[in-house]
Amino acid sequence: MGYVAIADRDHEEEHHDPDTFITKYIWSQDHKVIAIQYGITAIFVGVIALILSAMMRLQLGFPDTFSFITPENYYQFVTMHGMIMVIYLLTALFLGGFGNYLIPLMCGSRDMVFPYMNMLSFWVYLLSVIILLASFFVPGGSTGAGWTLYPPQAIMQGTPGTDWGILLMLASLGVFIIAFTMGGLNYVTTVLQARCKGMTLMRMPLSVWGIFIATVLGLLAFPALLVSAIMMLLDKTVMTSFFMPAISSMGQVPENYTGGSPILFQHLFWFFGHPEVYIVALPAFGIVSDLLSTHARKNIFGYRMMVWAIIAIGGLSFIVWAHHMYVSGMNPYFGFFFATTTLIIAVPTALKVYNWVLTLWEGNIHLRVPMLFAIGFIFTFIHGGLTGLFLGNVTIDLPLSDTYFVVAHFHMVMGVSPVLVVFGAIYHWWPKITGRMYNETLGKWHFWMTFLGTYAIYLPMHYLGFQGVPRRYFAMGDTDFMPASAQDLNAWITIFALFVAFTQILFFVNVFISLKSGKKADPNPWKATTLEWQTPDTPPKHGNWGHELPVCYRWAYDYSVPGYPDDFIPQNVPPEEAPAGRQHGVAEH
Amino acid sequence: MSEAVAEPQGSAGVVHDWSRDKQVFGMPWGKAMMWFFLLSDTFIFSCFLVGYMKVRISTTDPWPNPSEVFGLTVFGQSVPLLLIAIMTFVLITSSGTMALAVNMGYRKDRKKTFWLMVATAALGATFVGMQAFEWTKLIMEGVRPWENPFGAAQFGASFFMITGFHGMHVSAGVIYLLVVAFRVRSGFYEKRGGKYEIVEIAGLYWHFVDLVWVFIFAFFYLW
Repeated sequence: MGYVAIADRDHEEEHHDPDTFITKYIWSQDHKVIAIQYGITAIFVGVIALILSAMMRLQLGFPDTFSFITPENYYQFVTMHGMIMVIYLLTALFLGGFGNYLIPLMCGSRDMVFPYMNMLSFWVYLLSVIILLASFFVPGGSTGAGWTLYPPQAIMQGTPGTDWGILLMLASLGVFIIAFTMGGLNYVTTVLQARCKGMTLMRMPLSVWGIFIATVLGLLAFPALLVSAIMMLLDKTVMTSFFMPAISSMGQVPENYTGGSPILFQHLFWFFGHPEVYIVALPAFGIVSDLLSTHARKNIFGYRMMVWAIIAIGGLSFIVWAHHMYVSGMNPYFGFFFATTTLIIAVPTALKVYNWVLTLWEGNIHLRVPMLFAIGFIFTFIHGGLTGLFLGNVTIDLPLSDTYFVVAHFHMVMGVSPVLVVFGAIYHWWPKITGRMYNETLGKWHFWMTFLGTYAIYLPMHYLGFQGVPRRYFAMGDTDFMPASAQDLNAWITIFALFVAFTQILFFVNVFISLKSGKKADPNPWKATTLEWQTPDTPPKHGNWGHELPVCYRWAYDYSVPGYPDDFIPQNVPPEEAPAGRQHGVAEH
Repeated sequence: MSEAVAEPQGSAGVVHDWSRDKQVFGMPWGKAMMWFFLLSDTFIFSCFLVGYMKVRISTTDPWPNPSEVFGLTVFGQSVPLLLIAIMTFVLITSSGTMALAVNMGYRKDRKKTFWLMVATAALGATFVGMQAFEWTKLIMEGVRPWENPFGAAQFGASFFMITGFHGMHVSAGVIYLLVVAFRVRSGFYEKRGGKYEIVEIAGLYWHFVDLVWVFIFAFFYLW
């Protein structure tokens, strides 16, 4: 008996349109509403993280000036800023936000496969955010252990927030992982099992590929974080000794800890932590590919190579984790192994960068706001990627590891780059999400001030790193090896950090103006080929496609095909009506 | 939709599956999702076991001998690992009744499916009960997460954490099986197209929990 795909079964087609305000906008099971809920929550915590970073910079740029920033506060700001940005903003926004919005629309599905679980995913995520933010208000404040939460110091007296802050942080991470798992299983199953007719994997837009592989990474990497969080909770609450060796603190042996392994935590944490880098980066790679191709009116260069590069990066990301631990000490052969795998990952990554540049080559480039952000991403990503090659080598990493060089490196590659893509993607899909256009001029100002501002922040930071200025310090004080000019540079960096932070107001102004009085958007303002622009309604209604599901006839990149009047052919235009562009290995049915 | 053409077999079949439209795996959404979840859960238990192995290696105190600690004295004779052997037998047996339930589910024999699932759940509950007995025994002997009279403190910590996490999985599975079983009996799935894939999906979870126990048994009790 032939198995009939679920999407083709009659009884699966029935859809109950939600009619009350609450089922439509609050307890909604519609993937688009859930995506917006995820997006708003993630951006909200992101703003908090931005404010925290501004406070850190105030202290570093002008030490002894602000009495409200104590050393304890400073470490709490560092910790919360890092954790929020990496997990609660970027992971949640790329996968929960863009993943939710784009996967069903780009794959031609009506919704995620299990909408109810998808809704639970958001509410559990919101709970994790509330637990996280609650830790600001408990006695002792939030944890100040650094975003990596290394034991023993994370749970020992002397670190800020060892009473309640660390407990809430670990609990919040556990809850977040539950939320992510519920969402992630939905995204993976939807991509693999619920595409529309004609949509093969090798016809999917690269955005979906990036989000899909990132979700797979998340499902396999977050378990390590969950386990390390559980073990640390046990170490903290019931005095087990998983991570805690016999230890003396401030001249006495305070606890009956004995025989645990702090290095074990580092291994577990980075077995999660390194794939996490690519959980954030791969969706950015995918989205940027689509932005470049659409706004350059040219097919993406080397689509298959791009897909396999995403898969290769995803696979390699699981065998490079110990490059975060060179200074922890390890067998030199392990160092050699992890340095090698780390440098190998540069191959598929460089391949993607070449392909982005080649996509622009001889394209009909429209420098609209999303395109500016996409091109800006190529700059910052190359920049951060190249410094990554330095840090991947054991001998170069050792002296640089505890300096601002590392801070500059990962903010370039993992902070600025994905955030530029986030903005580019929001501008790109804004007309589809809201049905309104934004102000192009404001958007351009937003881009240029952010882009140039970040260079003014992070280029000097590399130099500070070469000078040996240590990271994580509350104040540098009088140190012989640091020239006095280091402090001047720190003040410069702070001024531009505040400048960039305030620049983001332009974005919110743009959002409000657009929502209030923006021009009504064309269903397909960028003349893009992918399915989400071909919906019968803008913004798409519940069920996305009206009565009939779309049929996909071609890959996502038929731009400027010779012999066709338009310079783009949407994926749902049949071959009889338009020339086939480039064909891709499609199984015939 | 007609599936007139015979699907290719072997490696060509794999290529065909992955390059076709709509779906990769010829199975319902729920079943595919359960497989993905179990893959993720595998990583959780792997991390637990690897973490346990690492602390067992790194601790400075001697590791207790599991055959002695987990031995039972029956009729004046000390039998090593007796309780664990019975627990393992019970859990493996429950996998057998579960497999029968899946078969009966696809035959739409609701009554037999129901009773076989209830039997599976009962065996699972027995397992949890025996685990509670084992925990009580060890706690009476002074084993705590932070210390124990037999040797390294990590012994108690790893034991309670890993068997506790597995026991939670079994308990959740018992509840899950009972919910599905009573829905099978009440005809809940008849109104939804009369499909009993859900029995197999619950079964996948149950077999996974059994398989994990085999690894815990091998790495914690036999090593």
